[in-house]
Amino acid sequence: MDKNNNPVLLEIQDVHKKYDEKEILKGINLSLHKGEVLVILGPSGCGKSTFLRCLNGLEKIQGGDIKFKEQSFTDKNADWQKIHERIGMVFQNYELFPHMTVIENILLGPLKVQKREKSEALAQAEQLLNKVGLLDRKDSYPRQLSGGQKQRIAIVRALCMNPEIILFDEVTASLDPEMVREVLDVILGLAKQGMTMVIVTHEMGFAQSVADRIIFMDEGKICEESGSKEFFTNPKTERAKHFLNIFQF
Amino acid sequence: MQNSAISVIFQENNIKRLFEGLFVTAEIAFISIIIGSILGILIGLSRTTKSKAILFINRVYLEAFRIIPTLVWLFVFYFGVTTALNINLSGEVVSVIVFSLWGAAEMGDIVRGSLQSLPKHQIESGKALGLNYYQIYRYVLMPQAIRRMIPGTINLATRMIKTTSLVVLIGVIDVVKMGQQIIESSRFQFPTASFWIYGFIFFLYFIICYPLSKISKRLESKWNN
Amino acid sequence: MNIDWNFVVTNLPLYEKAAWLTLKLAIVGILLSLVIGLLCGIILYFKVRVLDKIVQAYIELSRNTPLLVQIFFLYFGLPKLGFKMGEATCAIIGLAFLGGSYMAEAFRSGVEAVSKTQIESGISIGLSNGQLIRYVIIPQAFSVSMPSISANCIFLLKETSVLGAISIMDLTNLTKDLIGMYYRTFESLSLLVLIYLIMILPLSFLMSWIERKVRYAEFGN
Repeated sequence: MDKNNNPVLLEIQDVHKKYDEKEILKGINLSLHKGEVLVILGPSGCGKSTFLRCLNGLEKIQGGDIKFKEQSFTDKNADWQKIHERIGMVFQNYELFPHMTVIENILLGPLKVQKREKSEALAQAEQLLNKVGLLDRKDSYPRQLSGGQKQRIAIVRALCMNPEIILFDEVTASLDPEMVREVLDVILGLAKQGMTMVIVTHEMGFAQSVADRIIFMDEGKICEESGSKEFFTNPKTERAKHFLNIFQF
Repeated sequence: MQNSAISVIFQENNIKRLFEGLFVTAEIAFISIIIGSILGILIGLSRTTKSKAILFINRVYLEAFRIIPTLVWLFVFYFGVTTALNINLSGEVVSVIVFSLWGAAEMGDIVRGSLQSLPKHQIESGKALGLNYYQIYRYVLMPQAIRRMIPGTINLATRMIKTTSLVVLIGVIDVVKMGQQIIESSRFQFPTASFWIYGFIFFLYFIICYPLSKISKRLESKWNN
Repeated sequence: MNIDWNFVVTNLPLYEKAAWLTLKLAIVGILLSLVIGLLCGIILYFKVRVLDKIVQAYIELSRNTPLLVQIFFLYFGLPKLGFKMGEATCAIIGLAFLGGSYMAEAFRSGVEAVSKTQIESGISIGLSNGQLIRYVIIPQAFSVSMPSISANCIFLLKETSVLGAISIMDLTNLTKDLIGMYYRTFESLSLLVLIYLIMILPLSFLMSWIERKVRYAEFGN
C-alpha cells in the first residue's frame, strides 16, 4: 500500500506513560496513515496493550502527544466523544452489554451517540450482520452465543459507528481454537476494504498476512519497525529474532 | 450541670439496672445461639441427605421462620402454645425456645450452604492422594467449611441480638423494659429522660453489634483473598 | 377442638383493615428506602467527599440497632426536643431509616459488580457519563442487586409487626388485643399466621420471578 500518498490519521510523538512509579512506555514515535494496517507484536509486559489503549484515550499519557488528525489528546478541551466515535475498539472479552440483544448492542452508539435515523442505522446494522453471517441472531442475547459469534458482533458494533480507525486488543486470545479463524477472516476482509487498523495479537500467521507494517515492541519502546514480509523473513534485531524463534518448534 | 438531662443516665443505680436488663438480653441471646448452633449443625448435615421427605420438612421449617415475623412466633408460643398445652411458660423461656428454633433453622441453612459451596474436585484430589472419606472430611473439607460459615454465623448472631429487643413485648424485663421503668420513675425530675435513656440503649446495642459486624467483614475479606 | 367461627367472621373486617394498614405502611417504607438507598449508593460509588462518610456512619448506626429501639427513640425520645410526630409518620420514618441502609448496601454491591471493562466498552462507543450510567451501569447493577432488594422488601414487611409497640393497629397488635379481650387464642393466632402467609408468599414468588427475569448479568463462560 502506498502510504506516502495517504493522509496521516494518527501522529504519535514521544509518548511516555507511567503506572504509579513504573514507566511502561518510554518514548514511542509512530505515524498511522489512512488505509494502513499496523500489527503490534512483542513479549508479555512490553506495553503493547497499554499503548493500544492510549490510542483511544482509555489510558492517559504523561509525556509526549498523540494527535488524531488535528485534535491533540493532551488538549484540555479535547472532544472525547467525537474521538471515540472516530476511533473504535474491540476488546479481548468482547464486552457486549449482557442485558441487550445483539441488535440493541449494535444500535446503541449510532442512535444515542450519533443520533442517527433509526431506519438508516438499522439498515446498516443488518447489512453488516449479514456480511459476518449472523443476521439471524440479531434478536439473541449475548449469553446465547458462542465466543466467536460474540466477537464478530463486537466488531460489527464497532463498525456501525463508521469509525476511521479500529483498534483490536488481542481479540482472539479468549477464543477456542476453532473459533479464532472466523474472527480473523472478518478482520482480513476489513483490511481488503481499506479500513485503517491497529492490531495487537499473538497470531503470527494472521499478523503476517494482514499487516502492512509490523511494530515490534520490547520494554516500552519500539524495537523494530518494518514491512510485514520483511519482518518475518528477515528480522533485523536480536530481540526480534529471539521473539520469532519462540513460535517455531 | 445541675439537672442536666443527660445525667439521668448516671442517676443512682440506673446504669446498674440497665445493665441488669442487658444481662437478661445477653442471656437469652447467648443460650439461644448455643442451642441453635448445635441443632443447626445437625440440621445442616441432615440437608445433605438424598431423602426428599427430610429435605421437604427442613425446607418448610426454614421458610416458616423466614416468612412469619419473629414477633408473631413469640406470640404464638407465649399465648398459643401455653393455652393449648395448658402450661405456664415465662417470657424468658418462650424467648429461648423461639430464638433457638429460629437460630437452628438459619444455622442449618448456613451449614448446608457452606458444605455445598465446597469445590467438588477437592474431594477428588483427596481421593487421588489416597485419603479415605473420613480423612477427607476432617483435613480438607471441615476447615474450609467452617471458614465459610463464620461470616454468616456472626451475621446471624448480630441479628438475634437485635431481635431480642422484642422480648419486652411479651413481658420480659430486658434492657428496653428497664429503660421504660427508669423513664417512668424519672418523669418529674427529668422530663426529657426518654430521649437520653432510649438514646443510651440505642448506643448500647450499637457497641455490641458494630464490633461483631466489623469482625465478620474483616474475616470475610481476609479469607476471600 | 372446636373453632369459634362466629369469632372469625365477626373479626375478619378488623383483620382486613389491619392488613391494609400493614401493607400501606410497608409500601411507603419500602419506596422511601429505595430512594434513600439509591442516593446513598450513588454517594458511596462516586466517593463524594464528606457525604460518603456521613452515609457510612448512617448505615452502620441503622444496621446495628433494632427497629424497636429506633422507633421508641423517634416516638418517645425526639418529642422532648420538640419534634412531635404521629404514629404513622414515626412508623414510616423508622422503616425508611432502617430500610434505607439495607437498600444502600444492595445498590452499592450491585454497582461495584459492573466490571471496569464493561464501562470501557461503553466509553469506546462514545457514551457520555450520563449515558453510561443509564444504559450500562444501572441495568447491570439492578440485576445483581435484585436478590438483596427483594430480601429487604420482605424484611421490611415483616418488621411492621413491631410497630404495634407505638400503638399502630397492625396485624400483630390487633391479634394481641383480641386475645386479651376474647381469649380465642387459636383462632386469633391462626388468622394472624394465615394472613402473613397470604401477604408474603405471593410477594416472595413475585420477587423470584423478577430476579429470574433480570438475571441477564450472569452469562456462562
